[in-house]
Amino acid sequence: MNTTKLYTKQFVILLIILVLIWFLNISLGSVSIPPTDIFAIIFGDESIKESWQTIIINFRIPKAITAILVGSGLSISGLLMQTLFRNPLAGPFVLGISSGASLGVALLILGSSVFGGVFLSASFSNWAIAIASSLGSFLVLSAVIIAANKVRNTMSILIIGLMFGSFTAAIISLLFYFSEAQQIQQYVFWSFGSLGSLSWEEIYIFLTIYCLGIAGVFAIIKPLNSFLLGENYAKSLGINVKQSRIIILVVTSLLTGVITAFAGPIAFIGLAVPHLAKLIFTTSNHKVLIPATAITGAIILLICDIIAQVPMSEFMLPINAITSLFGAPIVIWLLIRKKKIYV
Amino acid sequence: MNSTTKHIVLKTENLSIGYQQKKSTDIIAENLNLSIEKGKFIALLGKNGIGKSTLLRTIAKVQNSLDGNIYVKGKNLADYNNKELATVLSLVLTERLPESQLTVFELVALGRQPYTNWVDNLSENDLQKINRAIEQTEIKHLQEKRFYELSDGQLQRVLIARTLAQDTELIILDEPTAHLDMHHTYKIFQLLQKLVATTQKTIIISTHQVNLAIEIVDELIVMNTNDVASGTTQELIDSNKLEKLFPKEILSFNKKLQQFTISKNE
Repeated sequence: MNTTKLYTKQFVILLIILVLIWFLNISLGSVSIPPTDIFAIIFGDESIKESWQTIIINFRIPKAITAILVGSGLSISGLLMQTLFRNPLAGPFVLGISSGASLGVALLILGSSVFGGVFLSASFSNWAIAIASSLGSFLVLSAVIIAANKVRNTMSILIIGLMFGSFTAAIISLLFYFSEAQQIQQYVFWSFGSLGSLSWEEIYIFLTIYCLGIAGVFAIIKPLNSFLLGENYAKSLGINVKQSRIIILVVTSLLTGVITAFAGPIAFIGLAVPHLAKLIFTTSNHKVLIPATAITGAIILLICDIIAQVPMSEFMLPINAITSLFGAPIVIWLLIRKKKIYV
Repeated sequence: MNSTTKHIVLKTENLSIGYQQKKSTDIIAENLNLSIEKGKFIALLGKNGIGKSTLLRTIAKVQNSLDGNIYVKGKNLADYNNKELATVLSLVLTERLPESQLTVFELVALGRQPYTNWVDNLSENDLQKINRAIEQTEIKHLQEKRFYELSDGQLQRVLIARTLAQDTELIILDEPTAHLDMHHTYKIFQLLQKLVATTQKTIIISTHQVNLAIEIVDELIVMNTNDVASGTTQELIDSNKLEKLFPKEILSFNKKLQQFTISKNE
């Protein structure tokens, strides 16, 4: 029957690519370990050199898992925002999530030097930064969601989010102006994004919140599809528009909030991957698009991470630069070739 | 309840429509008492800006009424939640669809949303209804196309198919023939007439195709300033309500032809 396509072929190919890239990702690094030994370590063989085991189990695998969570989470969030705002330029950060997180981290790192106080000249742990970034994004988001409840027009929410973004950027500039070089450097390093520094313990927390967000995504597949016809039609199809809008906002903030807290503000992925997925799958059906964007996002970020760690070298480039540096030209090329873009 | 009320699908009671602003209320029409029977094809006539869309949008609960009551199948519209209403009333609006890659089939299938489960899976029954709607509107050959590839006339048929898939007793279409040429306008009227006859659904459209409406539909609702009248074409001609639609000097109603004609200079 020619009714709803299942796109099995595309999904199988993407999943195979995902597994291969994941394996390639953990095979490459500053220390070269033969693939057979990596296999053995993954399957619990303890006779392999202990330092190699540590590298794979405590560094490379957590980093690859982080890349998958960050890549898929940001991409899904971007897709949700593009559908909600019916705007191809929307991404996971339009709601001011990354600006909120940046503000939190900036206040923690830069604020300590500006206002003196207990943190003076301290170097901050992952946890402190994660908490500051979560608090920051939570505050800005609450403000945006409260505002969203008051305005009828979805486009106004988009503009309110952008305004919050400019506002927090201005505060950060002020903090920059009054801060010392050392603090600025630490803040800038955070803003480069990082996939690598999470412990297993942190990954479990990350994974739990991520799964909560994903569960929420499944609950809104139906409203998302009806939003393709515009809000009035969605309403006439029995969808509770206001409630669905809030769920979309909460799910997006949960996903992007936790990602920014653990990996920093990673640009580009959330905006571009949904377009890539739409080009590959040529559908607007969210039942297909959501898993498609998630897998594509995971693959892209794993590839970016491979490039960022500059295989066979001690070098580590900022992931945030790589995503845009390599991603932007690819998307431009695809769009020129395919000519048309869809929300 | 007496037996005649059973067949009334839509009734308004002292209905006022318009826009509620913070400080002022902009009343577009008030004291509307309409009652519409099941299985009728009804056209809402009125000049530009008189409030046809506002009336239809109010009946469809897209916007709120200012005062009075609307009863759909005997139940107050205010007591319907979105989901219940979606099973008795479906819509074709004038607004453009946002860009997407939806195919014709998918677009028609969205009409089944009030009945599908939480992940929107189509049951055997849903598929039957969708295919039936596609056949009734004669768009089978288009079903794999993306909706943005269609002509205005084809898109209108697809949107009508979507309301059929939604399987509601009442279908409301706001200016379904707005961008269509004479031939396609006629075809849409003909399709709607056929659907009313074969499905016993009630279809209400707003339209500027006055002459065509006079000829084809069962009943008219004529909106003039401070005066909304409804009834069969003959009733409205006899009560001289229809001819008030346009200024006599420009368009006059010819009772013999039962059509509006351009007034010639005497």
